Amino acid sequence: MKQYLLSVYQPDGPIPAPEVLATISRDLDALNREMRAAGVWVFSGGLHPADSATVLRPQDGELLITDGPFTEGKEHLGGFTVITAPDLDAALAWGRELSAATTLPIEVRPFR
Amino acid sequence: MTPEDVFRAEYGRAVAVLVRLLGDIDAAEEAVQDAFTEAVLRWPTTGVPPSPAGWIITTARNRAIDRFRREATRDERQADAMVLHAPDETEPEGPVRDDRLRLIFTCCHPALAAHARVALTLRLLGGLSTPEIARAFLVPESTMAQRLVRAKAKIRDAGIPYRMPGDSDLPDRLAAVLAVLYLIFNTGTGPGSVRADLGAEAIRLGRLLAELMPDEPEVLGLLGLMLLVRSRQAARTDAAGHLVLLADQDRDRWDHGLITEGQAIVRRCLRRDRPGPYQLQAAINAVHSDARTAADTDWRQILRLYDQHMVIAPGPVVALNRAVAVAEVHGSALALALVDELDLPHYHVWHAVRADLLRRLGRASEATDAYLAAAQHTDNMAEREFLTTQASTTRRASDGVIP
Repeated sequence: MKQYLLSVYQPDGPIPAPEVLATISRDLDALNREMRAAGVWVFSGGLHPADSATVLRPQDGELLITDGPFTEGKEHLGGFTVITAPDLDAALAWGRELSAATTLPIEVRPFR
Repeated sequence: MTPEDVFRAEYGRAVAVLVRLLGDIDAAEEAVQDAFTEAVLRWPTTGVPPSPAGWIITTARNRAIDRFRREATRDERQADAMVLHAPDETEPEGPVRDDRLRLIFTCCHPALAAHARVALTLRLLGGLSTPEIARAFLVPESTMAQRLVRAKAKIRDAGIPYRMPGDSDLPDRLAAVLAVLYLIFNTGTGPGSVRADLGAEAIRLGRLLAELMPDEPEVLGLLGLMLLVRSRQAARTDAAGHLVLLADQDRDRWDHGLITEGQAIVRRCLRRDRPGPYQLQAAINAVHSDARTAADTDWRQILRLYDQHMVIAPGPVVALNRAVAVAEVHGSALALALVDELDLPHYHVWHAVRADLLRRLGRASEATDAYLAAAQHTDNMAEREFLTTQASTTRRASDGVIP
């Protein structure tokens, strides 16, 4: 069994209206329960917005601490789920459900 | 039959079986190449065996087992797979067919970049060498080699499975396979193309897919379409290599064997009555093939087929082609109005169709501009030359000189 990281990419900017968030949160809970019941769920979590991030960077033998996030862009990692799956098609099927629940793009990436 | 002939015909089958046995594409290719190397050495003295493909597959499997014994560092799973699956004799036909289907769907998996799908399909199923594929797509050999390495690494690391997609995924996955074959075909069939081999290769793969999936009408539709378009290959350019439009082609130079085969496929599709875009395009090409002269073309029938196409799979390029039929049935003015509604400013055919309609309407100066815009938007030398010649003709007309 391989493990896959399903990353949720979230656009920066204002958070959606409360009723939209409530639907997303309900759908995500349901999906997490479904993943646990299927025995594929390893870990999942949501993150604070990207501007809460701090970056550590080795430079000239020292460690620089700077305000994050690490990458510039209009979208950042908003949360992730780790699952086990026999192959990419199975992982993509769960990724599709995660995309439907979050209404956001999902990156599916295998662990070594 | 030489080992080279067998290589072209059987490489894909052998690799497909070995991928299943070894669970690894690189190891499968290595083993099959070892087997062909051995064939080149032995067949001149021993003669070609009764089942050359079976001999290649058995020899490749034995070479792979030898290699595993030598290289103790190999992944244990591979050795296990060998023991589990290693058959005693030549593969029965059933699993082999399935293997090639599995390999096609793996090569055309949507998780791979589009250009990687094409390259992998040509390499693994077509048996084309990396330099041949690089030449066909006009990229440096090192670039193509890199693409293939990366694609195979992704299949391995991301766990792209070696099996048929499930029923719910099949329509989308099959559409991706057909798109890859059609792209290979179009790369090999452009006017003045020096890459005619790819057209033949796409038809060979299309025949294979039609044999493996006989119940999918769109697979047949694509094969019919490719055969009918290919039938006009020789007539598409004149002796000097200049582009000849469909209406001006010498129809005696069409390949009537391919036309007969293509039209039979279109009739089979019609009987099934589950139309799709490839089947409709094949049917439209069959109507063209039916006409003894350009003037005999049944444009009303073609327009009806485009109308149906617009219902089941609408799109601006289909609408553009429909407008060409509208011009023949209802006149150039109505067709031009339809063409002007489409937003295809970067597509050279859009400019070329506009140019032709403007010319027919006697608007020579506007036609000249449109021909030049069309020439600017194509990379194909034969097309560009044709379009600039047209532009000079309409320019002379607008200057008041009779061409």
